Amino acid sequence: MSKLLVENRAMVFPGDVIAEGNNFEIATPYLKRIGNRVVATVIGLVTIEKDDRTTKLGLIPLEGCYYPKVGDLVIGIVIDIGVTSWLVDIRAPFPAVLNASDYLGKPYNPSEELSKYLNIGDVILAKIAQFDRGRDPLLTVQEKGLGKVVEGVLIEIKPSRVPRVVGRRKSMLSMLQEETRCQIVVGNNGRILLRCPDPEREAIAILAIKKIEREAHTQGLTERIKEFIIEQKIKRGLIGSGGGKGET
Amino acid sequence: MGVAAEKEKPKLIDEKGLRVDGRRPDELRPIDMEVGVLKNADGSALVKYGNTWVLAAVYGPREAVPKHMTLPDRAVLRCRYRMLSFSTHERKSPAPSRREIELSKVIREALEPAVLTELYPRTTIDIFIEVLNAHGGTRTAGVTAAALALADAGIPMRDLVAGVAVGKVDGIIVLDINENEDMYGEADMPVAAMPGLGRITLLQLNGVLTPEEFRVALKLALQGIKRIYDMQKEVLRHKYAVVEE
Repeated sequence: MSKLLVENRAMVFPGDVIAEGNNFEIATPYLKRIGNRVVATVIGLVTIEKDDRTTKLGLIPLEGCYYPKVGDLVIGIVIDIGVTSWLVDIRAPFPAVLNASDYLGKPYNPSEELSKYLNIGDVILAKIAQFDRGRDPLLTVQEKGLGKVVEGVLIEIKPSRVPRVVGRRKSMLSMLQEETRCQIVVGNNGRILLRCPDPEREAIAILAIKKIEREAHTQGLTERIKEFIIEQKIKRGLIGSGGGKGET
Repeated sequence: MGVAAEKEKPKLIDEKGLRVDGRRPDELRPIDMEVGVLKNADGSALVKYGNTWVLAAVYGPREAVPKHMTLPDRAVLRCRYRMLSFSTHERKSPAPSRREIELSKVIREALEPAVLTELYPRTTIDIFIEVLNAHGGTRTAGVTAAALALADAGIPMRDLVAGVAVGKVDGIIVLDINENEDMYGEADMPVAAMPGLGRITLLQLNGVLTPEEFRVALKLALQGIKRIYDMQKEVLRHKYAVVEE
C-alpha cells in the first residue's frame, strides 16, 4: 500500500508528507524517509517521474547554499595565496583549492611568486575535480574555456535558482543568449558571467536574470522572460514596436 | 522581579472566566509572522506573540571560525538568544546573563532534533535570536522564529518546530501565557514540538502542577503548537505567493 500525497511540481515545506509507503525511489538528499512516510526537508518543488515499475521522487530546492559536486562548473574568486596553491571562494561552506601545477599546466617551481599568475580578487572559471565529505573541494582549469576571467560582468544569484536560469535542456539559457546576443556562462554556484555587445543589452540580460531568480518557482517562465526582453528592447529603442523581428 | 513580586497580585481570571487581556483560557495571543525580513542573513523571521516580538536570523552552513569547533561528520549548530536592552520595562544590561546563556542552550536543543546536520560536515549553522520586546513566552516565540528562519535559509529539517507556553493562573490551565500571568501565576510550562512527527523537543516547568493538571496542560500546549505550526507553513507559502502576482 503506497500513495502519493502531492502532485508533480507542487510546492512543499519542511515537514510536509510527500508520500506514504515504501515503494518509492528517492533521488535527492532533500527528501527523507521517516517511518513509512517520505517527508520534504526544505522549501522546494516536488518532481515525480513515473515509469512502469518505479516512481521516482525528486525535490528542487528553492533556498539553500551551494554544495559542491564533482564536475560542476563554478566561478570562483581568489581569496588567498598559499605556497603551492590558491584558495578560492566558490560560495560553498568550504574554500576550494586550486593547485599551482594545475593552473600552470606544468610542475611548479616554488621559488616563483604565485601572485604573478593569479592575485587575490581575480575571478576564475573552473571545474570541481575532487570533493568528498572529508576534504575541501579541489579545482581544475585543465579544460577548454576554463581559467582566469579577464573581461565581462559578474553577477550573483541564489545558487538554488541556477537550474531555472539554464532551463530544461538549456532552453532558457539559449533563449537569453539569442535574444540579448550576450555570451552567458552560468556557474553552478550561482555566479554568472556576461559578455555583451553593448551596455543596453547587458542591462536587459541582468534584469532578465534577476527576474528569473525572483520568479523561479512559477510556471511558463521562459515565455514570460522572452516577452519581458522584447518589451525592454522596444523601450530602449533597440527594435521597433512592430514585433520581435527586424532587429537592428 | 524583586520589586514586582512585592506588588499585590492582580486578579488574573475575571467573573466571566476571561484572562487579564480578555482572552479565553484556550486562546492564543494574536500571532503575526514574517519571513525573509533581513537582507544580509541567509534566512530570517520576525515572530510576534501579542506584545512579544522576536527576530531570528540564520547564517550558514558556513565555514566555522574557530576551526577546532567543527565536527568531521556533521554541522555544528550554534544558537544565541539575547534580549535587547530596551526589550523590558527596566533597561536590561546588554551583557549576556546566566538566563540568556541557558536559554540559548535550551533553544539549540529544541532545534537540533529537526536539523539534518549530517548533510553538511565540517561547517556551522549560526542562529541568532533577538528579543525586541519581551512580554512573556520569549523562548517559545524564539523557537518558532528560528525554525522559520532555518526553513528560509534552505537548511534541511525533518519538520518545522513551533513552541508555546502554557501555565496555571488562579487555578486554571491557560494557553500562551503573557508576562503578567507568568509573574503572578502558579505554574509556567514552555513546550516546543515537531507536530508533523509528533515529537516534543522542549519541555520545561516552573511551579507546581498535579499529574492530572500536567496532562491537561500538555494537551493544551500541543493543540496550540499545531495551530502555530499551520501558521508557519502558511507564512512560508505566502512569501512565494506574493512574487507570483
